[in-house]
Formats: sequence, structure tokens, C-alpha cells
Amino acid sequence: MGRKLLINCDEATTICDKSQYGEASLIDRIRLTLHLAICKHCKKYTRQNSLMTDVYKRFATPCQGSENMPDKEKKELEAKLQEELNKN
Amino acid sequence: MSDAKTHVLEPEKWIVRYADYLYNYTITRVDNPEIAKDLVQETFLSGVKGKDSFRGQAAERTWLVSILKRKIIDYYRKINSAKGQKEVKMNFYEDGEQKGSWIEERAPQAWGNDADHSIENSELKDALDRCIDNLPEKYRIVFMLKTVQRYETEEICNELDITPSNLWVIIHRARTQLRKCMEENWFKN
Repeated sequence: MGRKLLINCDEATTICDKSQYGEASLIDRIRLTLHLAICKHCKKYTRQNSLMTDVYKRFATPCQGSENMPDKEKKELEAKLQEELNKN
Repeated sequence: MSDAKTHVLEPEKWIVRYADYLYNYTITRVDNPEIAKDLVQETFLSGVKGKDSFRGQAAERTWLVSILKRKIIDYYRKINSAKGQKEVKMNFYEDGEQKGSWIEERAPQAWGNDADHSIENSELKDALDRCIDNLPEKYRIVFMLKTVQRYETEEICNELDITPSNLWVIIHRARTQLRKCMEENWFKN
């Protein structure tokens, strides 16, 4: 983006997305603020983006990493590993 | 820790010691039990084959994780080049006079006044899951790692072998796509 202050919508919304994770720099946030003063689409995007962040926090669930490998698969794995060990 | 051979490998104990740990590690990154199992298996087998290259400087588990990370990155690369994948639609003009401006029909529309309240609705979760499922796998994975699992940018970049600006392009495209999808399926009047 260089040193220019005026940015386009694609750049503005990218900064808006970064700032949802607290990772937009100060100069980028200034650029975004300037852009929002003249762009109604991006203003809407910014408002909706914060709401979406809230939605993601509450509803997006990762495939939980609290499950163990099923025993059946451990047994298979054990056999394969043993086979490989015997080769050496 | 000045002794060269501080750690040793004991492959016959790997399943008991690390199968669950590595499986968990993998499943949060590939989101598929079948693939997670395969990757863990490949990791153990590569570990046995490559055990002579183990120098004893890292703990056994750390060494296995580093093998697994390579396997996961290879997997991401493979799916990334797979044909017939779900696509991300462009939201902004890519060139010409309007470069970087919203494509009119993809621009944000007004949402219902009750948008703020409707995030309490439990059906929203289903709508969101469907929208996330419609992202191409790479976008979905990066989005989930960053947004849901709150990984550091640097960590994701190292693991997936992408640059921070790649990461933000992916996040940006994922989020604009999800916004549009949720607008159509949930928030619009």
C-alpha cells in the first residue's frame, strides 16, 4: 500500500478484517477511517464485520481436538508400525 | 544439555505415548478423522524409516511433530491443487478504472433491524456451518485456525508455509464470502 492515505474498497475491507484480530497498524486504521468517511458500502461492511466477529466467536465450532484416536485404529497402526520395525 | 545424545527414540512405545496427542493435533488442522489417522500413520512410518537421521537434540515427541507438520503442509498443498474445488467469488473489480471497488451486486446490503438480536438464534449456527462448509478447504482451514482457534499469524504462516500477506488475502476473501453468504441466508430482510 506504500505511503498513500487514500485506498480502495478492497484495501479498506482488508484492513477492517485485520483489525477484527487486532492486527491492523495505526496508519492502516487511519487509512480505513478516511475511507469510511467517503464510502457507504465499506461503512456497512465494517458494521456487519464486527457483528460477524461476534457470530464467529459464539457459533463457529472447530472440530474438537479432545477426542482420542479410536482403539481399533490404534491396533491397526500398531500392526503396521511393527511390520515396519521388523524390516529394519 | 551439553550431551549430544540426550534423547533416544523408542518406536515400540510411540502408539501408547503419542498416538492420541498427534491425532488431536492433526484433527484440529484437517478437520477429518480419516485423514487425521492417515497422516499420523504416515508420520510414524516415516519416523521409523528416518530414525537414523534423529540426532537426539530434540525430544522424541517434538521430532515426531516436526515430521507431522510437513505431512500436514503436504496435505494442504495437495488439496489446494485439487480440481473441482469450491471457489471464492471475487467481490471487487480486479482491474480497470474501478479496480478495488465493490462489484455492485456483491456489495453489502442493509440487514434487518433485528440483526443484532438474531445472533441469539440457535438456527444461525446451522446457517453459518453451511456457509463455512462452502469455502474452499484452504480458506476454511486458515479462517478456522485464525478465527476460531486464535492461532498467531506467524504460527499459521510457518505451519502452512505462506506469507502474512497471503494469510490476510485468504482471511479477507473468506470473510467477505461468509458475509455475503450469511447475508443471503440469514440477515437479509
